[in-house]
This record gives sequence, structure tokens and C-alpha cells, in this order.
Amino acid sequence: MIVAERKPLEELYAHAKKHKKVLFLGCGTCVTVCMAGGEKEVGILASQMEIAARERGDDIAVTEHTITRQCDSEFFDEATARKVEEADAIISLGCGVGVQFCAERFPDKPVYPGLNTKFYGATLEQGVWAERCAGCGECVLDKFGGVCPVARCSKSLLNGPCGGSSEGRCEVDPDNVECAWQLIHDRMEKLGRLDELEENQPMKDWSTSRDGGPRKVTREDVRL
Amino acid sequence: MSQVSEMTDEPNIIAFCCHYCAFTAADLAGTMRQQYAPNIRIVRLPCTGKVDVNLILRAFVEGAEGVMVAGCEIGSCHFIDGNVRARKRVAHAKTLIQEAGLDPERLEMFHIAASQGPLFARTANEFTERIKGLNAKEKASAKSQGEVCAV
Repeated sequence: MIVAERKPLEELYAHAKKHKKVLFLGCGTCVTVCMAGGEKEVGILASQMEIAARERGDDIAVTEHTITRQCDSEFFDEATARKVEEADAIISLGCGVGVQFCAERFPDKPVYPGLNTKFYGATLEQGVWAERCAGCGECVLDKFGGVCPVARCSKSLLNGPCGGSSEGRCEVDPDNVECAWQLIHDRMEKLGRLDELEENQPMKDWSTSRDGGPRKVTREDVRL
Repeated sequence: MSQVSEMTDEPNIIAFCCHYCAFTAADLAGTMRQQYAPNIRIVRLPCTGKVDVNLILRAFVEGAEGVMVAGCEIGSCHFIDGNVRARKRVAHAKTLIQEAGLDPERLEMFHIAASQGPLFARTANEFTERIKGLNAKEKASAKSQGEVCAV
């Protein structure tokens, strides 16, 4: 899922202060799982805003609403539209996708991002989320025993570790980052496929990644 | 600060107490006739593990000037580690209220065993004094900055 973190209160307060009534809009999918922008987090932010406004003597009314997903227009329903109508501005606690969809759906209202969207990742344990995929557009996980060198190697190397691999850690951030190539080696060894790593991988064609410009996927067979 | 406290200097304090330990201690304090500050309003929960960050924040939004979260001693929680989870949440909530502009000293976690009636009373009194001190300090600093305080 997409992993994000909530922005500092000061930054959000500066936006809210410009308006009389602000709607905090949460998202019930990825950002709920990574505990950054779900219904609970909207409640927390709204409470912090009310306290901050009271402490500073500012007049900001706060409303809350959470929808299933902000990246599918079907979820911006009547109830949501009514809440948006009543507010002067929206602080969207969806990921970058959600914020933009929200802005497109309600072009007359200022929409501010409540989160910093970070990466595609997974839950390692409750409270810990780590990056696993870089969305490169050409998945090569079959070649590397299910460990992605593009996303998990700091240098996205495709032909083995660099000299900075030590004790299975990456020199870029040994405390937090494992050497992906150590993981690939260990996995392929367990699978009895170490010889496959001898095969030289050519230069990656990055045109399928974000490097090639904004991407779109179309499925004519399912279009109405 | 609530308007009431500005007029009477008596802060509202909410104490989230777990049923098995802290609430029982509060009850015992009453039975033992140990006086404690009337500012404390107790909310009984099955376990401090029920306390989540927003519950604490809502208390401050609704007018509490201090929040105590009182649970069992570590290792004695009826639900094993509810009080340990509460500790972490209280620590996080302190950063959140500080972010919002409140002194993090207005929120505290305490561990009080069921038999410690006098400790509950003492803790309640000390915490009340702490909040009164914070209110007085903030009032004084607001005055010295030339702001008008409603009296």
C-alpha cells in the first residue's frame, strides 16, 4: 500500500488559519493501514486544531469526514459533497493521489495536503512500515528471488552488491537499511538458484518508470 | 484555560482510571477518608489500555486543564500489558498537545496499585497543584505580555 506520514501541525495550521471552517477529509484505505490519515487520525488532527485555535485565540471551525478511498471518484458521494459545501477549505489526509482527486472533484474549494506521501510499502509489524516497490513499470522480481533490487538497493544495482555492503547492512544507513543484495543472495541460495545470479543484467530501461513521464494504464475491454 | 478556571483558579482535571487498580485505589482513598482535591473527575475504564490518544485530546478540547491516566503497576495489569500500551500512548499524546500549544506537563501517566489509597490521594493532590501552578504561570506570562485577562 501507499505509506505516508502526517505533516507537522504548524504547516497545517498555517493553511487552516486562512479560513473560517475547515473540513478534514480522511481516507479509509492505505493511509488508514499506515495510521496516518484514517478516521482516527482525522479525529486526532481535528482535536489538535481545536486546541491550537483556542490557545491562539483564532476562530477556526473544524469538521471531520472519512471516505472509503479518495482515489476512486465513486466514494465522493452526496454526504461528502454536502460536508465540502459547508466548509471553506479542505485538508485532505489522503495520499498525493487522494488530495489531487479531491481537488479535481471540488475545484472551487482550496484543498491542502495533510500528509507527506512516502512510498509503496508493507507493514513489517504494527507501527513499522517499509518500502518494497519503486513502481519501475517492469517487474524483475522473478530474477531476484522475490527481493527487489530497484526498490530495496540504495543504488538500484542489478548485478550484485557494491563495496558498501557490510554485515548484511547498507553503508547508506546501516541502522535502518539491509543490503538488498545480501537478501537476494541468501534467498537464491536457499532456492538453489545462485547460478542464475551469474547472468548479467543489461542496463535497465527506465522509460517504463516515472522517468519516462506520467503514466496511464487503459483497458479497452472493460471501458463502458 | 476555561473561563471557569480564570474566575475561580480551580482547574478541571480528568483522571482516566482503570477499574482494577487505580479506580479501586481511589475508592479506597474514599473509604479511608483520605481527602483529595475535588478538581479531579474520575472516568472509570476497564483498563488504561482503553485510553487512546484522541480520548486524551478530546478531554482537553472539552475543557480539561489536566489529564491523569492512572493504571496498574507494570506487570500487574489485569489485561497483561494494557498499561504498557497506555504509557506509549500518553507519551505520544504529550508530543501532540505540545504541538497544539499546551504544556506537556498537563498530561501524565501514573501507576497506582489497588491497595494504594493514600498514594492515589497524594497523586491527585500533587497533580492538581501542578496544574494550578501551570495555570498561574501562564496567566502571569499573559499579563506581562500586556494581554487582557478576563477576571
